[in-house]
Amino acid sequence: MRITCPLCGERDRREFYYRGAAVDLARPEPDAGEAAWDEFVYLRDNPAGMTRELWYHEGGCGAWIVVTRDTVTHEISGTELASGVSA
Amino acid sequence: MDKLSAKTPCDGLLPLTVGSVTLSEVDAGSIHSISAFNGKQKQVSDALKAAHGMAYPAANRATGKAGARAIWFGPAHAMLMGPVPDDALAENAAVVDQSDAWAVVRIEGDGVEDILARVTPVDLRSTRFKRGHTARTLLFHMTASITRVGDTAFQIMVFRSMAETLVHDLKRAMEGVAARG
Repeated sequence: MRITCPLCGERDRREFYYRGAAVDLARPEPDAGEAAWDEFVYLRDNPAGMTRELWYHEGGCGAWIVVTRDTVTHEISGTELASGVSA
Repeated sequence: MDKLSAKTPCDGLLPLTVGSVTLSEVDAGSIHSISAFNGKQKQVSDALKAAHGMAYPAANRATGKAGARAIWFGPAHAMLMGPVPDDALAENAAVVDQSDAWAVVRIEGDGVEDILARVTPVDLRSTRFKRGHTARTLLFHMTASITRVGDTAFQIMVFRSMAETLVHDLKRAMEGVAARG
């Protein structure tokens, strides 16, 4: 599997660390209430299809990257720097 | 306290020649990370040019030359090697002395790309990776900075604590390639 770092270009998967679904980009406000925090901390979709995830280019430039990936085919349809993404 | 004497990271390990390739330690001078504040990259680049004669490097690039080099190290992160950074740089950037934190080596000789191909997943052949190109990538299991500094020469940097591992891994790759004749 190859992932295209927006800065470094296409790199081997072994350079990347998998964080999980890209929910961290939409962290609730501290006073958002129990329901919002329950969902943020515990509840995850488990899609068969397109999903947005966070990967860390730890064996490279150190950028956090939002990867759009199909969990069925493993096809990656897009990568972008997490720093340039708002929720 | 008894008399202490400074030792380089690869003291007692290098230089080393196997076949056509030589691995040697580089005395890089002072090493400082330069991280431009948000929106201040142009000012930092101008200050770098004025004081040290090189622009702030774009992604995957190095500027300057041996003795005074700036190497891209990641988002908003470049490493100035050689000169002590001018005070003007600190006006628009975080400047951190990392001089003793890095082991810096030079690997040079015919077929050097074949050796690096054994330890790093990035294509470093001259058709893709030219002089002035740099990559943050893995060297075996270590994160490293690899920069082409000549037609058959690369500079490699890893954390100082990894110096012995770096030499070991490169030596094994050099011996492996040399054994193939």
